[in-house]
Amino acid sequence: MTDPLPPPPKRNPQRKTRSALAPPSARTRLGIRLAALASAGRLELQRCESCREFAYPPREACPICLDDDLEWTRISGGGELIAATVVHASADPYFRDRAPWRIGTVRLAEGPRILAHLHGDCETGDRVRARLHLDKSGQAVFFALPESDTENMGDDRQLREMTNDPKHRRVLITDARTPVGAAIAEALADAGCRAIFAGVSELWRRDEQLDRISAQPIVEPVPLDLTDTESVRECAAEYGGKVDILIHTADYLRPGGLVDRRGIAMAKEEFETNVFGFMRLAQSFGPPMRARGSDGIDSASAWVNAISVRALSSWPAFGSHSACHAALLSMAQCLRGEFAGSGVRVVNVFSGPLETDWHDSLPPPKVAPARLARDLIAGLRRGVEDIYVGDVARDIASRWRDDPKVLERELTTGEEIDG
Amino acid sequence: MAEPAPLSYEGVAAVAPVSVPYERYSSKSAHWWLLKALRGLTEAARIRPDQIDGLAVSSFSLHPDTAVGFAQHAGLELRWLEQIPSGGASGPMALTRAARAVQAGDAGIVACIAGDTNHIHSFRRMTAGFSRFSLDAAYPYGAGGPNAYFALLTAHYMRRFGATREDFGHIAVCQRQNALSYPFALMKSPLSLEQYLGARAIAEPLALFDCVMPCSGGEGFLVMREDVADGLDLGGARILAAIERHNAFADDPIQFRGGWARDRESFWHRAGVSPEDIDFLQTYDDYPVISMMQIEDLGFCRKGEAAEFVRCRDLTNSGQFPHNTTGGQLSTGQAGAAGGYLGLVDAIRQLTGASLGRQVPEARTAVVSGFGIVNFDRGVCASAVALSGCGG
Repeated sequence: MTDPLPPPPKRNPQRKTRSALAPPSARTRLGIRLAALASAGRLELQRCESCREFAYPPREACPICLDDDLEWTRISGGGELIAATVVHASADPYFRDRAPWRIGTVRLAEGPRILAHLHGDCETGDRVRARLHLDKSGQAVFFALPESDTENMGDDRQLREMTNDPKHRRVLITDARTPVGAAIAEALADAGCRAIFAGVSELWRRDEQLDRISAQPIVEPVPLDLTDTESVRECAAEYGGKVDILIHTADYLRPGGLVDRRGIAMAKEEFETNVFGFMRLAQSFGPPMRARGSDGIDSASAWVNAISVRALSSWPAFGSHSACHAALLSMAQCLRGEFAGSGVRVVNVFSGPLETDWHDSLPPPKVAPARLARDLIAGLRRGVEDIYVGDVARDIASRWRDDPKVLERELTTGEEIDG
Repeated sequence: MAEPAPLSYEGVAAVAPVSVPYERYSSKSAHWWLLKALRGLTEAARIRPDQIDGLAVSSFSLHPDTAVGFAQHAGLELRWLEQIPSGGASGPMALTRAARAVQAGDAGIVACIAGDTNHIHSFRRMTAGFSRFSLDAAYPYGAGGPNAYFALLTAHYMRRFGATREDFGHIAVCQRQNALSYPFALMKSPLSLEQYLGARAIAEPLALFDCVMPCSGGEGFLVMREDVADGLDLGGARILAAIERHNAFADDPIQFRGGWARDRESFWHRAGVSPEDIDFLQTYDDYPVISMMQIEDLGFCRKGEAAEFVRCRDLTNSGQFPHNTTGGQLSTGQAGAAGGYLGLVDAIRQLTGASLGRQVPEARTAVVSGFGIVNFDRGVCASAVALSGCGG
């Protein structure tokens, strides 16, 4: 059983902030494939199509029959912890700073043995669950957990290095006036957050939703207008060093593509918030967050973007919005590169049409903001990087993985996607 | 599986054992250490460098050169060239390859050398990029070197066979005793069992004195026909039998034995001697548990009984089972690939009565084994030779 994580002590402003360190990140291209699986919370190993044996570490051909037809195949992760050690001395600065650190050898039910980071509730001889996790370098590692959930499991010191659990962390929501922003604020208040900074433009303009979330004692409405560089800078100057998780919910959404619009005034408004607003955020909040990636149990941990699944392929009825979100996805990838080694993870929450005013003409299924908030928090606790919320987002993503060109045809010929 | 018996190694001798004194850190390159060993070989055999026509070299820090780049650096014209990147198994492997070349007439005098430099960050950089499997599946888990993998298999070995920290300590303490008389050992002070047991933890159950200290150094010997060695008035060692085995027992979930166990019977049969006839044993001691595995897998006792075997024996050079006559890597230091030569080079000295430290009395027959390359979660190279003294 894990002891519940106590709230972090108040920081001593005279103490140096711990340098943002990351564990070793070098991998082969096949090893990076594991990171792609971990980013979505999936677990697969290579399996020989001829002799059906599983292989690990990742390799180019089957070690039994030398066939190079190795298929990544889903596995359970069940296994037995056959040896464990506590590492007290490491030449690697990240682990040296976090010693003692437990690792072990797990024999998977499918055959291969793995090295894995160990949850504190796993002992030699135990049945365990192995999962792929992204570590602070953004690469994949195996983590062995107890076979079934234990009390306060997520509070384990080593597991918390792999996840973005909001417990005891401070969160900035970039636009709490949106239905999604409000839903996330309400859900986070129940998830053990220490503070929620609810970004709102024109803070003087009150509404019922804003009053409701502001009534929560840990919610602090803060002025933040993404279309105004000064506003973003001022907000970062006040709160940038206290933001452990940034959740970017601001979105300027209007229907329409390219040909039927007159002029680009609307597009300028959309890009001002959705594209340039993100750039302003990155410039102002990126540096302080990146510097705090190893700052204790409430280190800066994640930068989350609520992205329309239209980012993957244009949806002409919302073509201009699709273009904004394609840009947003591209910028999120860029941000990952610029955050590399800092320990701060960039998380994208993809959803299909939300149950909001501007989607009132669309048929269901649509995503309720509360559902998005729930999936987002589950994803932060699990430590994944890509979260697909709702049936439409999962369907589009699966078609996109299958063949982006076919998806483009499906979305642009005006035919309903069916079967 | 019936494998044809290999030809004997008769008529070949390993001579002119050379050790370049070790240093903890060095600003010199690997080439300097290897060239120092090469120079030592020519001096010990009283030959000119141009009489060497074969070269086997092992080094982790030779990059960006390979063996031929080193040969040009050394000014050697060669008709036989080998690079053996098998770490701790390299010594016996170099010896047997060179012996075959000499038997076949492909080379007349082969210099076998191993050496590495150790800059401040060499060890960390070397382990960080050691192998593909290590990059993907071992190094990210934080050990920053092999300590944690050997901690796992030590923990498993202790659970499975009942070996204790005291048993491992006995190996380390006896080796330190041997090191005190060996001039090039980096560990100069006596080690008690209490000190061993009380040392700070590195990766449980391993503590400080279970782990080798990376350092700089070089080792080497010459291989030639026995009659050539006699003509040069050089005593040496002849090969009674040799084995090597790589990636053996790949299905064992965790390593508790090595490739020696596959070939044990034929090894002793070919050597024409039995374990009781062995005057001293040199195992590859990157960790004491690995020495125990070799004691078992080479047939000095049964699997799982090495702890009991060492517990009731004095393992020092004047004891009844001399083991790792220089103090081994645990007390001499691990000079990279030279660690795979250390036991072999001193075995040649001991067998010719030319020990630099305490001489093993009446040392006539020895076994030297090697173990190397933690590619993922275990050492994959195993080698061994049985030797007897000759000539001189």
